Amino acid sequence: MATEPDKGGAPIVAIHALKKRFGANEVLKGIDLDVRRGEVVAIIGKSGSGKSTLLRCVNGLEAFQEGTLTVDGQPLRHGNALAMRALRQHVGMIFQSFNLFPHLSVGRNVMLAPTLVKHADRAAAEAQARALLQRVGLAEKFDAWPDQLSGGQQQRVAIARALAMSPSVLLCDEITSALDPELVGEVLKVVESLAVDGMTLMMVTHEMNFARKVSDRVVFMHAGRIHEVGAPQQLFGAPRTPELQQFLAALH
Amino acid sequence: MTLDFAAVWADWPLLARGVGMTLLLTVLAATVGGLLGVACGWARAWGPKALARAVAAYVELIRNTPFIVQLFFVFFGLPSLGLKLSPEAASVIAMVLNLGAYAAEIARAGIEATPRGQLEAARSLALNEWQVITRVVLPPALARVWPAMVSQVVIVMLGSAVCGQIATQELSYYANLIQSRNFRAFEAYIIATLIYLGLAFALRQALHWAGPRFVFGRVGARR
Amino acid sequence: MVDFSLWDIARNLLLAARWTVVLSLIAFASGGLVGLALLVARLGGGRGATAAVAAYVQLFQGTPLLMQLFLAYFGLALFGLNVSPWLAAGLALTLYTSAYLTEIWRGCVDAIPTGQWEAAESLALSFGETLRHVVGPQALRIAVPPTVGFLVQVIKGTALASVIGFIELTKAGTMITNATFRPFTVYAGVALMYFMLCWPVSATARRLERNLRRGH
Repeated sequence: MATEPDKGGAPIVAIHALKKRFGANEVLKGIDLDVRRGEVVAIIGKSGSGKSTLLRCVNGLEAFQEGTLTVDGQPLRHGNALAMRALRQHVGMIFQSFNLFPHLSVGRNVMLAPTLVKHADRAAAEAQARALLQRVGLAEKFDAWPDQLSGGQQQRVAIARALAMSPSVLLCDEITSALDPELVGEVLKVVESLAVDGMTLMMVTHEMNFARKVSDRVVFMHAGRIHEVGAPQQLFGAPRTPELQQFLAALH
Repeated sequence: MTLDFAAVWADWPLLARGVGMTLLLTVLAATVGGLLGVACGWARAWGPKALARAVAAYVELIRNTPFIVQLFFVFFGLPSLGLKLSPEAASVIAMVLNLGAYAAEIARAGIEATPRGQLEAARSLALNEWQVITRVVLPPALARVWPAMVSQVVIVMLGSAVCGQIATQELSYYANLIQSRNFRAFEAYIIATLIYLGLAFALRQALHWAGPRFVFGRVGARR
Repeated sequence: MVDFSLWDIARNLLLAARWTVVLSLIAFASGGLVGLALLVARLGGGRGATAAVAAYVQLFQGTPLLMQLFLAYFGLALFGLNVSPWLAAGLALTLYTSAYLTEIWRGCVDAIPTGQWEAAESLALSFGETLRHVVGPQALRIAVPPTVGFLVQVIKGTALASVIGFIELTKAGTMITNATFRPFTVYAGVALMYFMLCWPVSATARRLERNLRRGH
């Protein structure tokens, strides 16, 4: 991570005492986390620990019952459609299952949101789309269809699509978990380049080596709480709690 | 505009008689039509080509003509061939033929979805073809398509309202009779309609309950 | 007794079949519009709208079309309107069609994976934009075969309009039978004509379904 996170400014994502229930089941039991601008945070943990749910709270795909969540100074107001729309122009998300729009070409996938939401004109949106596809290494696929691409290519298009909205924060929800092993590298390369360029990233991931290499901080979640937080060398090299030790041991 | 439901409700014994006949027609049509449908479904899925084609013709004919026309044909048309039928008999026959065609398609879909491994296992156990079909193929096939079958039986039950037009004494017939006597047409039909709605609901529940118990067994240990 | 030729019968049936076609198209088109409005209401309107539309669908799918026709005919008369069979049949069939089509279309929208909604939401698209640009086009594609298939149901439904005096193919059949005393021939002819109207539509729907499953 060549760019140092902005230590002086206010956190770009501020989560305080966040609690979330699914029916009777409390999935997030009080989360406190601040993410600084330009910081790369990796969230790890067993399935069911609440990591994806936490991520989905940040862009409002999940609502929470208690606590506060502030993005770029604005507190999240889940009921307010206009506020949510504004939020999502600052926070982008990449999904495990890519979720490209199958009825639109690759280029159109990337152009759709800027044209509709930011009212960009056609030519400008197209130019931006081509530039972004170039950046993720898929310049020649502008007119291709999603189902003609490999998983790794589809995910890179998804990244370009999210970047087209110029978000300040990018949420990555297990973005390589659905990929064949040999396609994972090309996606991680793109994410690393985003980190190097100073994008604020919150990523839920199982790729420990990648997390160790690219992140500024690693958050280990267990049973709905943040169990350990720290720099990657510290968390991976010297896990303090037995749960984290067990988790890391199980990966080998 | 004053509505007088009491005048209609006073004749509730007639309505009850109508409901009884509607249910009787439905039960007969469902059992005979159901069996016919399953047999035809098998024929189209795995039967000899000529039989499959004949069944296909029957199914297409029924599915592309209105029930009321089928009913009129059976009741008014067949007597020309010397086959005189009572309104009730004609109604049952028409309903059986109607349900049979739709059930055939539904059953066919269920049968064709049988995984190949099931057939291979059954034959490897030396079961004969009849046993394979009745013991191994049909129970899961029917379980698979039961919701569609139930819907179709309900549709046929609702369709039986038309049988009142040939003087079959079912619910719509009595609704007609009552309103012709007290001129409370709207009220009579509202009440009849609500009764049909209740029958549809009850029939759906009953068939969903009865399916696993009497037709195809607890396949899949789901419930 | 006048002797009617086969052609006399056929010609009169064909003339009446015109009205079958007209009523079918009117009901299908207006039913489609109402159904679409109900769908949008259901998708965007929250709990109340969803429940109301669901109840509407249950009502029309759980009661005989014949009763719906009677209620339209006698119900409109209660309001002092001069009810013609056209008005009653048109109204009843429109509402009937709208209930079935809205349910078919809802199923198609539900078939679109949630991931599509979430991706669109995450890109800050509004509900309307998501429906128009992302979910709608995909749902439309898979909705075409069952919608075309339902047209067959509408055509068959018009046969019941004969009971409230609407002159179409079935009513003509009844009237011609009474005049010619040849029910077997006449009703066979009626059935044949419905078949000729419905079967091409059914076959088209089947072909569209096959193409959908094969292509992308």
